[in-house]
Amino acid sequence: MSHNPTERLVYMANQIGKFFQSQGRDKEVAGVAEHIKKFWDPRMLKTIYAHHDAGGEGLDPAVKDAIGKLKDAAVAKEKA
Amino acid sequence: MSLIHETDYGTPLSKSEKMVTLTIDGQSITVPEGTSIMRAAMEAGTQIPKLCATDMVDAFGSCRLCLVEVEGRAGTPASCTTPVAAGLVVHTQTERLKKLRKGVMELYISDHPLDCLTCAANGDCELQDMAGAVGLRDVRYGNQGENHVFADACGEANPAWLPKDESNPYFTYDPSKCIVCSRCVRACEEVQGTFALTISGRGFDSRVSPGMSESFLGSECVSCGACVQACPTATLTEKSVIEIGQPEHSAVTTCAYCGVGCAFKAEMRGEEVVRMVPYKDGKANRGHSCVKGRFAYGYATHKERILKPMIRETIDQPWREVSYDEAFKFAADKMRGIQAKYGRDAIGGITSSRCTNEETYLVQKLIRAGFGNNNVDTCARVCHSPTGYGLATTFGTSAGTQDFDSVEDSDVIMVIGANPTDAHPVFGSRMKKRLRQGAKLIVVDPRKIDLVKSAHIKADYHLPLLPGTNVAILTALAHVIVTEGLVNETFVRERCDWSEFQDWAEFVALEKNSPEAVAGITGVDAEAIRGAARLYAKGGNGAIYYGLGVTEHSQGSTTVIAIANLAMATGNIGRRGVGVNPLRGQNNVQGSCDMGSFPHELPGYRHISGDAVRDQFEAMWNVKLNPEPGLRIPNMFDSAIEGTFMGLYVQGEDILQSDPNTTHVVQALSSMECVIVQDLFLNETANYAHVFLPGSTFLEKDGTFTNAERRIQRVRKVMSPRNGLADWEVTIGLAKAMGFEMKYNHPSEIMDEIAALTPTFTGVSYQKLEEMGSVQWPCNEKFPEGSPIMHVDGFVRGKGKFVVTEYVATDERTGPRFPLLLTTGRILSQYNVGAQTRRTDNVVWHGEDVLEIHPHDAEQRGIRDGDWVRLTSRAGETTLHALISERVAPGVVYTTFHHPLTQANVITTDYSDWATNCPEYKVTAVQVSQSNGPSDWQKAYDEQARNSRRIAPIVEAAE
Ligand code: SF4
Ligand code: SF4
Ligand code: SF4
Ligand code: FES
Repeated sequence: MSHNPTERLVYMANQIGKFFQSQGRDKEVAGVAEHIKKFWDPRMLKTIYAHHDAGGEGLDPAVKDAIGKLKDAAVAKEKA
Repeated sequence: MSLIHETDYGTPLSKSEKMVTLTIDGQSITVPEGTSIMRAAMEAGTQIPKLCATDMVDAFGSCRLCLVEVEGRAGTPASCTTPVAAGLVVHTQTERLKKLRKGVMELYISDHPLDCLTCAANGDCELQDMAGAVGLRDVRYGNQGENHVFADACGEANPAWLPKDESNPYFTYDPSKCIVCSRCVRACEEVQGTFALTISGRGFDSRVSPGMSESFLGSECVSCGACVQACPTATLTEKSVIEIGQPEHSAVTTCAYCGVGCAFKAEMRGEEVVRMVPYKDGKANRGHSCVKGRFAYGYATHKERILKPMIRETIDQPWREVSYDEAFKFAADKMRGIQAKYGRDAIGGITSSRCTNEETYLVQKLIRAGFGNNNVDTCARVCHSPTGYGLATTFGTSAGTQDFDSVEDSDVIMVIGANPTDAHPVFGSRMKKRLRQGAKLIVVDPRKIDLVKSAHIKADYHLPLLPGTNVAILTALAHVIVTEGLVNETFVRERCDWSEFQDWAEFVALEKNSPEAVAGITGVDAEAIRGAARLYAKGGNGAIYYGLGVTEHSQGSTTVIAIANLAMATGNIGRRGVGVNPLRGQNNVQGSCDMGSFPHELPGYRHISGDAVRDQFEAMWNVKLNPEPGLRIPNMFDSAIEGTFMGLYVQGEDILQSDPNTTHVVQALSSMECVIVQDLFLNETANYAHVFLPGSTFLEKDGTFTNAERRIQRVRKVMSPRNGLADWEVTIGLAKAMGFEMKYNHPSEIMDEIAALTPTFTGVSYQKLEEMGSVQWPCNEKFPEGSPIMHVDGFVRGKGKFVVTEYVATDERTGPRFPLLLTTGRILSQYNVGAQTRRTDNVVWHGEDVLEIHPHDAEQRGIRDGDWVRLTSRAGETTLHALISERVAPGVVYTTFHHPLTQANVITTDYSDWATNCPEYKVTAVQVSQSNGPSDWQKAYDEQARNSRRIAPIVEAAE
């Protein structure tokens, strides 16, 4: 497996996505977002947000949505 | 303190609920039906003389010493084999009995050496005791006749005499002292279940012998020690007792090896351990043990143990021995320096599953409150983290559901990806006992493990799946249960979320999940899957036991969920005999998880983002806590290589040897500026460390361990720490140097703090453990006596949750370059990375790691048994010796990871569980080829290790 940190995070995120994919369309995005929020440390989040900003290459569609949502929430929280 | 003597009731406890009253020596006594007269008498306080009976095995009735008279019955029945009956009037001491007993003893003694004064059992010999008890004063037959005692008889070799067998490293067998009571044979059969011993010959010629007149070491014997305990004479005796003498005091403590958590009496002479004897009142082991806990404690005094703190600036320098204060200051300055330079989150620590609950708690407290971040993880990451995730999701709490006693009520036992006879031997023996009584067995494992077929045990179904296809198999089992109408609908409607169940049932019923459809993926015959599913669903109480073969996969968490689904669908949860039971690896894995060792959870599994929980800890610890989860071990390594994680404090773990993809770990460790290792030995991780803090063994400190059944048990100090400080004191010292004071005078105060902060522990205290011996959490207002079985009146989370488990193939695939699948495991005599067991005589059973390969695959590659072979994967390569074996299927190879030179983890990749990043140890695509010896990598590694372990000679200060 790649040791590029971003690529590893993309791989991990997609792996999570694959599990929630089978849980039904409505739970997919929410499930991925909740899981990542619960278990990832801030620097991992920072890296994946930056990757998302740069186009999010390699992220599966639902995973990309989930990370986008998390990022928006984080930005909103920072502003508040 | 004095020597703890446990009462031997002569025969096992009867479980009958019907009570019977009888009279023994004029005293009335009421006991359960099925109790022997001998046991009833002992309960009334009268010890009937006995030799061949002991309460760890069923009575046999061969010595005829325990005779009694029963009014209205003719003759003198043996009290050990005669059950009580209502209204019996028994006499244990009459003129007739006295005479008979003297006669029996006289015969025994006439064929027994009279060297009692110099005998190792002097002071602990039942033959001596009985001679005394019956008043034997002289032996009329002399002992010059036919005998087993003397090597020569009248100048000629005595054919009946046999020499001592000293082949086992821990105990001797001296046939000249044997009274052929067969207690050893019965212990080996009934307690251990190995059937290594037999009685050959008849009458005067009968002898005990391992196998077909083999030596103990050469036989099937697994050195559990049960026969040694059972032996009433010096025939089977611990070598340590022969060498040291009889112990004079003892303390009850807990084995520090595996998750079974056997209770032992540490029998001492001063501060020297004479022997470890399994404790009958230990609720996990019920008086049994395995070779590790019973005998392999010698590492505590091994010459390679490091007893002084050491430091160095860089890892190419030799170590320099310093005082604790200097080491603490050196470490603290470095860690604080890193934080100043790279930020507060640039350091972290790893807690140990080998240390006590109290020690683990302190390390996570130091990290969260002292370091100011949540970068704490534990080696449970690499073994049972998916259990935590999977069971918390479905049941609401991450722990196993049963106590070990529960297996006695199981009718069907399903073992998935676990090898209890090797990895959890005492529980394995207890399971085998139940199987011999008729419980059915399903084994789901790529290998033909011992349980599949061994003495008097045969699996009803063995599903030899390809590594990596657990989810496919389990979902197929569920498919059969749902489509054949085997669901326990009443249970599901009452206890679980019905609509989630329906979604799940619809999913598993899909044709793609049928046994026929998955046969191609799993390699398992569809009919066998169907048969196993029917048996588990309808065979009575069904219990599932699983191990690392379930968790250490990229779908580890999904597999745990699939197991929980099966148990809920069939109603096999919430009472004795059923349940979902993870068999945990190290002694305190359960405890280290409970104590908040995960980066996202405070003690008691409460997420760090919860404000109310954090408030509680902040008030007690008097600091502000960081609400964001910290780094997990694999992410720590990645961040180290990236340059954002530069300091690590590792207590009692050898991450370099135990974590996957060694080359990656080496790179990560060498990137860090300060690695602090606290351990007994210079382990592999220490090769990359800057500070070494010496650790203490379980014999040298007070504390508690929590075993795989959530049982909290005491560890008791029986000798002063050879390194000067117990591990918890070392952590306190380091914390203080970093400016974070923690004040405790004794580990019991740490437990009080844990109880005050953790809802499932509120009732736990050293006082409680003193009273109850042990207690299983949850232990609080609701369960003041603890909880042997969980989810009795409903699931912890409320309604049980069914979750869809779709099979996703791992990305680690075989192909032309790597056509074989490697799976890894462990064996009985060694423990984990082997740091302790390799430093004991256990090496006679396992000198090195070998590669098991099927004859077919070996032949294709021109490999013969014992050849050096090269094992290559995408991650790296190593060499080891081949063992040709049909226990593995064609296409699968197997090895253990107990020895550092082999470094099986050079081969394993860093694929991991999707939910928890638990590494995928159990599946690696590999190639095997011929080789001439150690690889370049192994040689370079060895060189580095030797270089790194140098300790600078102490220079005497000039006058
Ligand atoms: S040590 Fe255990 S396995 Fe070996 S003979 Fe004795 S009881 Fe059997
Ligand atoms: S070895 Fe000990 S336990 Fe076994 S038959 Fe002889 S005396 Fe009895
Ligand atoms: S290693 Fe495990 S089974 Fe063996 S004695 Fe220790 S706790 Fe018991
Ligand atoms: S103790 Fe009863 S016959 Fe030996």
